[in-house]
Parts: sequence; C-alpha cells; structure tokens
Amino acid sequence: MQKVKNKWIKIGSEVLILASLFTLVQYLITAGLLNQYYQINLTSMCINVILAVSLSLINGFTGQLSLGHAGFMAVGAYVSVIITNMLDLPFIVGILVACLAAGLAGFIIGVPTLRLKGDYLAIATLAFGEIIRVTLQNIDYVNGPAGIMGITKLTTWPWLFGGTVLTVLVIVNLVNSSYGRAIVSIREDEIASELMGINTTKYKVLAFVIGAMFAGLGGAFYAHYFYIIKPETFNFLKSFDILVMVVLGGLGSTTGAIIAAVFITALTAALQSFPAIRMILYALILVIVMIYRPQGLMGNKELSIKIFGRIWSGRNEPDGNK
Amino acid sequence: MLEFTQQIINGLSLGAIYALIALGYTMVYGIIKLINFAHGDIMMVGAFVGYFSLTLLGTNIFVAMLAAMLTCAVFGVLIEKIAYRPLRNSTRIAALITAIGVSLFLEYMAIFLLGPSQKVFPDSAFPLKAYTLGGLSILNKDVFVFVSAVVLMLILQYIIKWTKTGKAMRAVSLDREAAVLMGISVDKTISITFAIGSALAAAAGVMVGVYYNTVNPLMGIIPGLKAFVAAVLGGIGIIPGAMVGGFVMGLLETMVSGYGNSLYRDAVAFGVLILILLIKPSGIFGEDTGEKV
Amino acid sequence: MNLMEINNLDKSFGGLSALLDFNFRIAENELVGLIGPNGAGKTTVFNLITGVYKPDRGSIMFRGENLAGLAPYTICAKGVARTFQNIRLFNDLSVLDNVKISTHKDVPYGLMSAILRTPGFFRGEEEIEKEALKYLELFNLKEKKDELAKNLPYGEQRRIEIVRALATRPLLLILDEPAAGMNPQETQELMGLIRHIRDEFNLTILLIEHDMSLVMGVCERLYVLDYGQIIAEGTPAEIRSNKRVIEAYLGEDVE
Repeated sequence: MQKVKNKWIKIGSEVLILASLFTLVQYLITAGLLNQYYQINLTSMCINVILAVSLSLINGFTGQLSLGHAGFMAVGAYVSVIITNMLDLPFIVGILVACLAAGLAGFIIGVPTLRLKGDYLAIATLAFGEIIRVTLQNIDYVNGPAGIMGITKLTTWPWLFGGTVLTVLVIVNLVNSSYGRAIVSIREDEIASELMGINTTKYKVLAFVIGAMFAGLGGAFYAHYFYIIKPETFNFLKSFDILVMVVLGGLGSTTGAIIAAVFITALTAALQSFPAIRMILYALILVIVMIYRPQGLMGNKELSIKIFGRIWSGRNEPDGNK
Repeated sequence: MLEFTQQIINGLSLGAIYALIALGYTMVYGIIKLINFAHGDIMMVGAFVGYFSLTLLGTNIFVAMLAAMLTCAVFGVLIEKIAYRPLRNSTRIAALITAIGVSLFLEYMAIFLLGPSQKVFPDSAFPLKAYTLGGLSILNKDVFVFVSAVVLMLILQYIIKWTKTGKAMRAVSLDREAAVLMGISVDKTISITFAIGSALAAAAGVMVGVYYNTVNPLMGIIPGLKAFVAAVLGGIGIIPGAMVGGFVMGLLETMVSGYGNSLYRDAVAFGVLILILLIKPSGIFGEDTGEKV
Repeated sequence: MNLMEINNLDKSFGGLSALLDFNFRIAENELVGLIGPNGAGKTTVFNLITGVYKPDRGSIMFRGENLAGLAPYTICAKGVARTFQNIRLFNDLSVLDNVKISTHKDVPYGLMSAILRTPGFFRGEEEIEKEALKYLELFNLKEKKDELAKNLPYGEQRRIEIVRALATRPLLLILDEPAAGMNPQETQELMGLIRHIRDEFNLTILLIEHDMSLVMGVCERLYVLDYGQIIAEGTPAEIRSNKRVIEAYLGEDVE
C-alpha cells in the first residue's frame, strides 16, 4: 500500500512542477517579460531536448549508433510545412503527418540498415541522412537548395511545452517497461538477447521508428518557428550536434540528454556573437569531456528527485539508483 | 566514345585525390579502428600550408607539396597523441565524438585565423596547359595530380610491403597484443601511421588546390566524406581497397556530372555507400566475419 | 517420447566440415551429456539447435516441428533455452532486469499500455517482478537482485546465466560448460543443482561439459563427439569403457 501511495505522491509532485513551469513561462511571455532573444533560445532548447531524447532512445538505449537524425528532422520539417503552408491545413495535422512521415522514413531506412553493426551502421545512417538532404535539394516543389521561406510561425510555447513533455514521457515510459528492457538488452548483448526470446530486429526497428517520429516532431516545430527551412540546415553536422548532446549527457540517460541539450543550447546562445570562437570552444569541450569523462555527464544513470533526497540526507550511494 | 574517354581522363585525377585521402582513413581505421573524421580537415591544413608556401615563400609546387606533407605529418602525430591516445581503451563512440571534435576544432580554428572566405590558388604556381591527343584534351594539372598521386601510392606500397615499419604497421593492425609481445612499439607504430596518412592527405590537399584552384577552411568536409566512402567501398582497413575505391568514386562522380545532373553528384557517393553496405559491408576486398558465440 | 530428434545434421564453415551427419535424440525429462575433445564441434551443435547458425542439411525435430533455419528468438519461444560457455549476461543491467528480460516473450501488456501507463501495465509489471524473484529465490540470488550483473563474482554470474535461461520457461534447457572455471566443490554443488532444476521444473536438459566427473555423475546418457562426428553413445558406464572414446581422449583424464 505504501508503494502505491508513494507512486501517487511522485506523479503528483511531477505534475505540479511541470504545471508551474508551464504557467510561469506562459505568464512571462504574455506579460512581455521574456524578450525575443530568450524566447528564441527557449524554443531551441525545447527542440534540442526533443531531438536529443529521441536520438538517445536509438543510440543510448538500443545501442545502435545512428548519425542520420537530422534527416528525419528534415522530413518532419518539410512535410509539416507542405501540410500547413501549402495545403492550408491546421498545425496539428501538420505535426501528426510530419511524425508519421518521419517514422515511415525511419522504417524504410531502419529495416535494411539495422542489420549492420557499429561503425558500419553509423556510416549507413549518415549516408541516408545525406541522401534525404540531397533529394530535398533536387525537388522543385519545395524550392530545391533555396528552401522554403515565409513559413507561418505556429510554434508557440504551449505547443513546445506539450511536445517536449510528450516526447520525454513516451520515451521514459517506453524505456521503463518490458519493451524497454528488451531494447536495452540489445545494447548489452544482441546475441544473448535474441537467444532469450527477444526479436531483436523488431525492437531495433521499433526504437528507430519512434526516435525518427520525434525527430520529425522537432523538425515540425523548428520549421514553424524559424520562418525558413533549407536542405542545408539538416546536413550531417546537425546530426553530429544532436549526437554530441546525447553522448555528453551520457549514453542511456534521458536526464543526461536533457541536461546536455539545455546546456549546449545555452552555450551556443551565450557565444552567439563570436561564431568562430564558439565552435572552437565547442570542439574543445567535446574533446576534453571525452578524454576525461568518456561515459558522459551522467553515465547511464538518471538524475531523480530520489538522488537529491539521498544527497540531502548524506547517504549518497554510488550504485543501484537506476 | 571520345566523350566517354574524356570523362575517364577527367575522373582519373579526381579519383587519385580521393584515393590519397582514402588511404589515410583506411590506415588509421585498420590500426586503431577509428573513423578519423578529422582526416578531411588535415587535408585542408595541407592545402593551406601549400597555399602559403606558394604565395608567401614563392616556392614551386613540389616544394609546397613537400612542406605541406611534412607539416601535416607532425600535425597528425600531435592530434593522435593529444586527442586520440587517451581514448584508446575507451568506447568507440567516445573516440568517434573526439574525432568530430578535432574536426570542428581544425575547421573553426582555420576560420578564426584565416577568415571564412576562400583563397585563390596562385595561377603562377601552376601555369595551365592543355594538350590534345587524338581529339582528347588533357590538362597538365590532371597529369600532375595523377602522376604524383601514383608515385606517392607506390612509395606507400613499398613502405608497407618491404620496410620494417610497414611490417610493424601490419602486425599492429592484425593483432595489437601479439605485436606488443613481439617487441613492436605500438605507440610508435600508430604515430607513424598517422604521420604517413596525414602526409598523404596533405599532398591531396595541395592537389585539390591545383585541381579546383581555390582553398577554404571547410574544403575538407565533402572530399573527406567521399574519400571515406571510397575507403569503405574498397573495404575499410585494406590499403589496395582504398586505392581502387578512390578511383571508382572519382570516375563515378565525373560520369554523373558529365552525363547527368551535377546536383546529384553528392547523392551518388552516398548511394554507392548504401549499396555496398547493404550488399557487402566489408567492401570489395573485405572478408565477411561473423561474431563468435 | 522423444522431445528432440536431430537427423543427418551437417554444417561446414568455409569448406571445413564442423559437423557431419549428426544424429541425436533426447527423451522428455532426460538428462543427456554431449562430450568430446576441444574443437570436436560441441558448441556448433548448440549453435545449430538454438538457431545461431543455420544447418547446411538435416532436420532438428522438436515436438513435431523442424527448428532448422528458424530465428533464435522463435526457437526460444518454442521452448529451447541455453546458457553460454563464455558468460554473456547483460552486464550493465541489474540481476533482476537480466531475469526479467527472459519473460518478455510472454509480456502481459501491450506497447501502448506501457506508454500510457494503464492499470494493466502496473499489474503486468508486478507479475513479471514476482516471477523473476521466484527464480532468483530458488537460486539464493534474491538479495543480489539490485546489483549489476558485471559486479558479481564468477560463480554467481554462471548461476544467473542458468536462472536467465530458466526464466524463458523452456522445455529443453541447454547448458554450455556450466562448470567451466569452477572448483571441485562448486562443481559438486552445481551437479546437485542441475538435478534439482530438472525435477523441480520437469525439464529436459542437454549439457556440454569438459569436467568428466560432472558429466559421468549427473548425465543419464552421453554422446561423444570427435572431429564433428558422433563416435559413441550410451550410458556413462558404457562410454567409460568404449575404446574409441579412450582413443579420442588419449592424454586426457577420462575419470
């Protein structure tokens, strides 16, 4: 009984924290206290959290090294814009179709490539991501390399907040279930997993498709905030960016991915006026973190209220809080 | 037919450049199983060293190429020592991220120091001449690129096949632990591998300068990727594979731009990559190995 | 009645024959050993039965169905589970999660139910946890449930391998050198344990072993494999006095 009570207390406090965060930001925006600069960065943060958390499902939990996430983001961005701006349908339709299209792309790419392992999979996904980009460059309907301009700004704070929470919730719930354990067992030892009755191909594809769908969501939000989309925006460097967030946060840690996404976005924003120095610094941080903490910020651990409680009461146990 | 032969001639020099870069990728992968994403940027550094040697010091193209090769050899060794060596026993993904970091560092350091705009390779360094041969036009720059690349590849082949260093390199890539037991210094061998790979990339960089006439801080990214595709095509870790892969990529690319849509030029490279990965991931010359249970 | 019947199984790697005309049967509830010198092809047999390799020829009949060529997870679902000679636990996961993964093939709730956290999910998770703990308790590993698999001592890792295989609820359990690296006392305990699980779970067990004392002590019937071919079959007593077996093992201690 105690266990059930604790569960409701936990859920209640989480809902409370999220609701107050949402209301606070919403208030700041309507009261005009949050200027354009902060709003842009807040948007980038949410989009990056969506991208990083969705990629962490593929790279961190399933253990499949994917370097093509920007490709799925591109599919989501373009499809949503076609739906809203060109076909004049509501944003929600655009978002849903974008997610479905990105998921479908994930399926089409995942089925053949997920047979590959390690570096080979990384290269194949990188190539597929680039093929998506080059294909977009060659489609006249979406203006080729010039991209689409004048996209209506539909990504508002409620959408962003809802989308981000939804992404994190779906992925956390998935990971912490029997399906999630099946997925993680593939990362740990694919052959053993298969022999313990897990259809590893199915679950690899499943993780890939779900990851791609949320990348599509991120793309839809991106397109409807930043006014313009070009194929070049979604090149492999964008995929690297997302990967870096996941690895810096710690492979197999959702909270790690969130923290890293927020931190890197903030860093990027802070150094906006010095683009060259920003990238040099970014590169140095990457190398230094990898040398001194290759498992990333969080390793495969999660940050939770429980840990804070433990630190508070001075009983910090290194293991067993997963 | 004449047109086709002309395309082949054009493709050969481009293929030679890709082959030179691919060699560095393949050698590094063979020895430490790392996709060195910074390799294309080493090529860029080499191109700039060549450029400054030509413009500031007024050397001829051969001295410029030599200077680029020496500088980049040192550069490659330093990068390995500082960034990759501490991660040798770490996960592959950590090493991969480090390589991405090094790549970004080189690119943006170059932008920071030299500015983002592209620089024109001095014409005087390499006065263009065209020869006609039975209706075919052959540019002296194509001949220069092709011949010097082939010479470098022959030298490499000699080093790997016939010298002690080459034997050590092969031994370390086959079985590092056994190599240690045989008294081979793994650190030294890996350093030499980086030095040779980077020198070849630098030579390729100067050739790119001659071939396209311009150099810029981000020039390494796309040729780097394509050379990487070439390495995978031939079978990553296999030296003759990288050479063949490079020429195949160069020829394919000129064919596609010559006959089809040049916008699809880049897509072809990746299409080839996907095909090879799906059909035979170990590449043309690779052997398939399964995991032992 | 035979639970499994293997007929004329062949497998070669790159032209080299690893297994030639392998014939084998195991009755329900039987405890059979497969022995043979190093490189005789014992693990190849296991890999063929569990679907890691596809046979070149022959059939693996299991309860009237041919398993040859099926995917490993399908074979597992039909009731064949195994352990590994070189331990392959899910190292970074807890002992409990290692065992829970084996129950996934019968997962009592759907994907949407997991994502939406329906009451069915919580009920299902409770069921899974109870089931996994039941197995751990039988092997005295319950207190270790929250430890990471990689942090356990070798002997316990071996036992978790067996628990994990058992948790897939197999009809046929295949043990690949379960006593490898154990001292005589641990081996002795393991012998008791193997018999115990056979009776407790009404299982059929096939095991590969190097340790002759274990094989002779626990198995009811033995097959001897040499150079990819069966050279003898019979009770431990028969095998002990078989001339060809002694020859094959020449230089090795049969007793």
